[in-house]
Amino acid sequence: MSRRIYVPCDTTALSLGADKVAEAIRLEAEKRDIPVELIRNGSRGLLWLEPLVEIETAKGRVGYAAVEPGQISALFEAGFVNGNDQHPSCIGLVEALPYLKKQQRLTFARAGITDPVSLKDYESLDGYQGLKKALKLEPQQIVDEVKASGLRGRGGAAFPTGIKWETVLDTASEQKYIVCNADEGDSGTFADRLVMECDPFMLIEGMTIAGLAVRATQGYIYLRSEYPVAHRLLNEAIDKAYQAGYLGANILGSGKHFELEVRLGAGAYICGEETALLDSLEGKRGLVRAKPPLPAIIGLFGKPTVVNNVLSLAAIPYILDKGGQAYADYGMGRSRGTLPLQLAGNVRQGGLVELAFGITLRELMQDFGNGTLTGRPLKAVQVGGPLGAYMPASQWDTPVDYEAFSAIGAVLGHGGVVMFDDTVNMGEQARFSMEFCKVESCGKCTPCRIGSTRGVEVIDRIRRGNSADKNWMLLEDLCETMIDGSLCAMGGMTPFPVQSVMKYFPDELKARGESA
Amino acid sequence: MSSNAEWTMQSIQLIIDKLKHKPGAMLPILHAIQDEIGFIPDKAVSLIAQSLLQTRAEVHGVISFYHHFRSTPPARHSIEICRAEACQAMGCRSLEQHAKKTLGIDYHQTTADRSFSLEAVYCLGNCATAPSVRIDDAIHGRVSLDKFDALIAEHQKDMKEAG
Repeated sequence: MSRRIYVPCDTTALSLGADKVAEAIRLEAEKRDIPVELIRNGSRGLLWLEPLVEIETAKGRVGYAAVEPGQISALFEAGFVNGNDQHPSCIGLVEALPYLKKQQRLTFARAGITDPVSLKDYESLDGYQGLKKALKLEPQQIVDEVKASGLRGRGGAAFPTGIKWETVLDTASEQKYIVCNADEGDSGTFADRLVMECDPFMLIEGMTIAGLAVRATQGYIYLRSEYPVAHRLLNEAIDKAYQAGYLGANILGSGKHFELEVRLGAGAYICGEETALLDSLEGKRGLVRAKPPLPAIIGLFGKPTVVNNVLSLAAIPYILDKGGQAYADYGMGRSRGTLPLQLAGNVRQGGLVELAFGITLRELMQDFGNGTLTGRPLKAVQVGGPLGAYMPASQWDTPVDYEAFSAIGAVLGHGGVVMFDDTVNMGEQARFSMEFCKVESCGKCTPCRIGSTRGVEVIDRIRRGNSADKNWMLLEDLCETMIDGSLCAMGGMTPFPVQSVMKYFPDELKARGESA
Repeated sequence: MSSNAEWTMQSIQLIIDKLKHKPGAMLPILHAIQDEIGFIPDKAVSLIAQSLLQTRAEVHGVISFYHHFRSTPPARHSIEICRAEACQAMGCRSLEQHAKKTLGIDYHQTTADRSFSLEAVYCLGNCATAPSVRIDDAIHGRVSLDKFDALIAEHQKDMKEAG
C-alpha cells in the first residue's frame, strides 16, 4: 500500500522551497523503493509552518513543519513515512493544532485538505452542493438567501452583498456581468490568494451562483499579475469546471448559462477600486469613475454589474448550501458570519485565521500570532492595508467588528493585520503612506494626485525640523482636504495612517527634527 | 523572463489577431505580446491601435499607466523587491539597500551585463513570511541578506552554465 504524502503548492509554501521538498521526497522514495503517492495540496494557512509536509496515517494526517530539501533523507531514515511522531520536526496531528482547532472555518473549510484542482476532492467535501440548490431556485430566492446571511462585502467597504445583487437583478438589461475583484493589493492580506490557490472551485461556484441570482451570463475574475500561482491554478480549475458541465451554456443540464474567464491586471494598486477595475477590464487606463452611477446599474461596458471581492463570492456556496441563517448565526452586531483574518509582518505565527466577528485584536495577535517574530515588544499594528490606521496598544482590545473599528477611526478593510515591533520608526511609516499614494494614485483627482506629493514634502520638512509647527498644521489641513475632496478611497483614506501617527506617535514624526 | 529578439511585425499582428475579438482586448493583447517577446516594442503600438480602432496615444497611455508593462527589452532576470508594510516590518528597507549595493543599480535600472533588473513591488501577498522577493515568476519568502546573496549566486551560476 502506498503512503499518501502531502506537500502544499501555494505561493508561501513554494516561496520556502516546497517544490524542492516534493522533488526530494519523490527521489528518496524511489531510491528506497517505498511506494508513495505525492499530493500537492493547498496550504492550511498555518504559514509559519511551511513547507508543512503531511503524512496520512491511520490516526489522521501527521505534520512535519518547515521541512527543508536537505532533511528528506534523514526524515526517511527516521521513518517519517510511517508518521513517526518522535521526530523533532513532527508537530503531531495537524487538525489537533490549537491554531487550527480554535478557528471557525466556513470559507476555508477545505483549504489544505484537498488537492486544489481536484474536482473529485471538492465534490467529496460539500463542493457544488450550493450550486445544485441554487439551480432549483428563482433568482429572487437566491438573493433573499444571501440577504438573510447578512454577508457584507469582504473587500473592505462592507456593503451588504444581497442588496447589491438585488439592485443588479432589478435592473433590466440583455447583458449583465459578474466581476470578481481579485486585485488583492493591500499589504498584509493574502486570504484571496489562498482561496484561489487552495480552493479555486469554491470561487467558481460562488460566481456561478451570483450569475444565476442576477441573470448574468458572463463572469470575469480580475486577477493581479503579482499572483502567477493563483493564475495557473484558477485557469486549470476553470477548464475542469467547463469539462464537467459546471460552466458553459447548459450548466448541469439545467439550460442555465454562465461563462467565466480570468483577466490579468498589470500592477496597479488603484485597480482594486471597483470602478478603476472596470475601466481596466474594458482595456483602458485604470481611472476611477465618479459614483453615481453605481456599477450595479451602469458597470462593465455600461451594463449592470456585480463587483464582489473574492472572499464575498467564496462565502456564497456555504450560504446556499447550509442556508443564510446558518451563516448569520456567527458574528456580532451588524457584522455577521466569519472573517478570514490574516496575521502578517513581524509575527511569530503568521497565517490565516478565520473566525466569527468579535475576537479582540489583542487575542488575535497573542493567542494566534504568539507575539512578534523578533521577540521584541509589539509597538503598532496596521489593520486593513496601506489605507488603514496604525493602532497603538491602547486600541488593541477593540473587537474585530466593522462598527467597532470605524468608531475609533480605524478600518477593518480586508482583514489584514500587520504587526510591527518597537524598532519601527513611525515617522517613516507616515511618510511611506503618502509616498505609496504618490506612486499608485490614478491621477484623476487633484487632492490625491497632488496631495500625496505635497504630503511627502511636508512630512520631510517636519522630520527635518523645518518650521515643524507650521508644517504640522499644514499636514493636518492637507489630510482633511484629501479626505473630503478625493474621488475614491485611495486619496480619501491615505491620510488615515498619517493621522494615526500624528495622534498616537507624534514624537516620532517630530523626533528627527529635534535631534537634528 | 527572457528577451526574444526574433519578433516581426507579422508575429505581433498574429498575437493581436488571436485576441482582438475579446471584449476589452487591450490588456490581454499587451500581456500576450510581453509574455512572448519580453517587452512591448514601440512598433507594436500602431498595430494595436489600428486593430482596436484606437489612437496610438490611447495605446501608449495604457502601456505607460501600468507598472507591469515595459517598452524596452528586459534583463535576463527581473528582481522585484516588496516594499510594502508587512515586508517593512521585517526589514525590507535594509534588504533594498543591500540589493542596490550588491547589484550596483537603483530601482528601474539594469546591470551593465544585462543579467538583472531591479524593480519595487507593492505586495506579493506573501506577507506572513516576509520579506519577499520575486525573481522572474518565482516568489521567495523570508529573504535575509544571506538568502538574497545565495539567490543571486544561483542565478549567476545558471546563466554561466547556459552560456
